[in-house]
Amino acid sequence: MRRPGGRRHGYSGIPRWVAALAVVAAAFILLPLAAVVARVDWPNFLPLVTSDASLTALGLSLRTAAGSTALCILLGVPLALVLARGEFHGQRLLRSFVLLPLVLPPVVGGIALLYTFGRQGLLGRGLEVAGIQIAFSTTAVVLAQTFVALPFLVVSLEGALRAGGQRYEAVAATLGARPGTVLRRVTLPLVLPGLASGAVLSFARSLGEFGATLTFAGSLQGITRTLPLEIYLQRETDADAAVALSLLLVAVAVIVVGVSYRGPGTPPAMPSRAPSRTPDAEPAEARR
Amino acid sequence: MTFTLDAVVADRGLDVSLNLGAAETVAILGPNGAGKSTLLSVIAGLIRPDSGTAALDGRPLFHLGGGRVVWTPPHRRGTALLAQEALLFPHLTALDNVAFGPRSAGAGRAAARDAAARWLAEVEATDLAGRRPGELSGGQAQRVAVARALAADPGLLLLDEPMAALDVHAAPLLRRLLKRVLAGRRAIIVTHDVLDAYMLSDTVVVLEAGQIVEQGPTREVLTRPRSRFAAGLAGLNLVPGTVTAAGLLPDPADGGPGGPGAPGAQAAADGPAAAGTELAGRHEDTPVPGQAGVAAFPPSAVSVFPDLPHGSPRNAFAVTVTDLEPHGDQIRVRAGDLAADITPAASADLSLAPGVRAYFVVKAAAVSIYPA
Repeated sequence: MRRPGGRRHGYSGIPRWVAALAVVAAAFILLPLAAVVARVDWPNFLPLVTSDASLTALGLSLRTAAGSTALCILLGVPLALVLARGEFHGQRLLRSFVLLPLVLPPVVGGIALLYTFGRQGLLGRGLEVAGIQIAFSTTAVVLAQTFVALPFLVVSLEGALRAGGQRYEAVAATLGARPGTVLRRVTLPLVLPGLASGAVLSFARSLGEFGATLTFAGSLQGITRTLPLEIYLQRETDADAAVALSLLLVAVAVIVVGVSYRGPGTPPAMPSRAPSRTPDAEPAEARR
Repeated sequence: MTFTLDAVVADRGLDVSLNLGAAETVAILGPNGAGKSTLLSVIAGLIRPDSGTAALDGRPLFHLGGGRVVWTPPHRRGTALLAQEALLFPHLTALDNVAFGPRSAGAGRAAARDAAARWLAEVEATDLAGRRPGELSGGQAQRVAVARALAADPGLLLLDEPMAALDVHAAPLLRRLLKRVLAGRRAIIVTHDVLDAYMLSDTVVVLEAGQIVEQGPTREVLTRPRSRFAAGLAGLNLVPGTVTAAGLLPDPADGGPGGPGAPGAQAAADGPAAAGTELAGRHEDTPVPGQAGVAAFPPSAVSVFPDLPHGSPRNAFAVTVTDLEPHGDQIRVRAGDLAADITPAASADLSLAPGVRAYFVVKAAAVSIYPA
C-alpha cells in the first residue's frame, strides 16, 4: 500500500498562524517533559530508582498492570465483539456507558468501586461473607486499573472489528466453520494489530493509574502502593527520587507510544495494518 | 437429490421460488438491485428471510413463518459462497486458505493440506500454494477462492458475480475454469454477463425487483426472451403487447419495468408511428389472438429515418434518440427501450444526437412474435 504522506508536496495549505499555534501546542507538551529531564539528579539517578521502596513500587506496578491488561483482554475482547457484531436493544447505550471510565475522574471511579467491592459494597458484602476481601488489597489495584483501562482496549478493538467488516467471517461460515472456529481462525487474527495496540494502551493506562487506586486500594507499601503513588509520596519528602521515578514512567510512556503508534495516518486505536481490501491491496501487476 | 427454495424478504421486496436438480447450474440474471445477492445470502444463511422454506438434498435449511421454525446456521448448510472479491483470509497462505474448509469439517492438518493441494492443482494454482493473498493478482486470488469453495465440498455452490472484479485478461481464464469445475455440480451463479450464462448455466432465472420474471433453459430464454432485461442481455429489442392474427398490438405507453428513466419513458410513449396500429411480424408459434405476447427483433435489423417512409410494408416507431454509443464498427442508437445499429456515416448523415426525433423502421420479416 502506498501512502500519500510519503511524497513531498509543494503546497501544504496551512496558514502561518496555524503553524505558529501548532508550535506552541507541541512545545506545551514537550517542554514539561524536558523540564523533568533537566531536573533529574543524574549522579544519583541509579541509586534513586533502585532504592527498596522504588523497586517494590515498580515491581508492584508492573505486576498489577500486567494482571489488569490480562483481565482487560479477557473481558474486553468479548465486550468489543458484542458491541461490534451484536444487534440488540440498548447497544448504543451500553457503548456509551463502557466509555464512561475514559471521562470519569479516576477518584470517582475509585469511590464507585469501593461501593461495589468494599466491605459495605454492593457485591462486597456477599464476598465478605464468603471470606473474600478485595478493597485495599493488590486485587483492588488490579480492579481499579482494569476499570480505567478497559475502555481503551474495547474502543480500539471495536474500531478494528468494524473497520475489518464481517465479510471474511461470512465466507468462513459458508465454508463450514463453526462460530468458535471463525473467531479463533479468522476474526482474532485479522484484528490482532488492533488488539495489540489496545492491550498496549491498556497496559500504559494501568501503569499510570493513580486516583482510583488510591481511593479504592489505598497506599500500602508492597501491597497497593504502585509507582505513581510512590512518586506522589516521595514528592513530599524526596523530590529527587520523585523526579527520577517520573522519568522512568515517561520512558515507559515513550516506549508504549512508539509501539502502538506506527507511522502517520494511523491513529493508535486503529489496526496498523488493515486486512487487505481489494482493489487497494492488489499487487500492481494486477491493476495495470 | 434436489434443492428447493421459497423465500420472502419483505424489506428488500424479494419473493422467489427456485428448484434445482442434482447437477444443475442456474444463472441468476437481473438488473442492479433486483435482489440477486440477497437471494444468495438467504440461501447461504447470512440473511434470515421473513418467511419461506428451503431444503437441500432432503436436509432443511430453513422453515420460517408458519409451523415449527427451522433455522440451519450457515456453517451447517453446505452452501459455499464465492463472491466478486476473492476474500481470501489475508493472514493465511493460499494453501491454508483452501485447507480452511476441510479443517473446519474436522480433518486433521495434514489431511486438510493434502486435500487443499489437490484442489489447488485442480484450478492450476499449485505454484501459488505458499503465497499470501496480498501477493496474488486478482485472477490468481479468485482461482484460489474457487479451490477454497470447492474444497469445502458444498452441496450447492453459490457464485456472486465471480468475474465482475477481474480484468479482461483474467475473466476468460476463470470462466473456462468454472466451466470445467461446475460440470456435474450444483451451483447458482449470479451474473451480469450473458456469456457467463451461456457458458456456465443449464437454466436461467431473470430476477427483476425481487420477482422472477422469466426462467427456463438458457438457450431458450436468451433466444426468445420474454422480459426486457433478458432481451437486453440477448441484444434484442422487445415490444410487449397482445398477439393478433397478423402480428402484435403493442401495449399502450409501456414504461416497462427496468425501463431507463424519463427520456426512455417519453420515447416509449411515442410508440409505434400510428398509435394503436399493430406490429407486423413472423409468428413463431401458431398465433392465439388476444394472448399476451412479445415482438423481438435485433438492433441490426432496424433502420433509422428522419421522416416517416411511405408505401412500404414495414413497422415504424416514432422515437426520440436518448443515446449514441459505439457498438463494434457500428453506432448503436438508443431511443428509450429500443435500439438500432447503423453505420457511423449514416449517423452523421442523419445528424443524430440525443433529443433528435426520428423513426425506427424494421421489416416485418425481421420481427419474431411469440407468446409471453
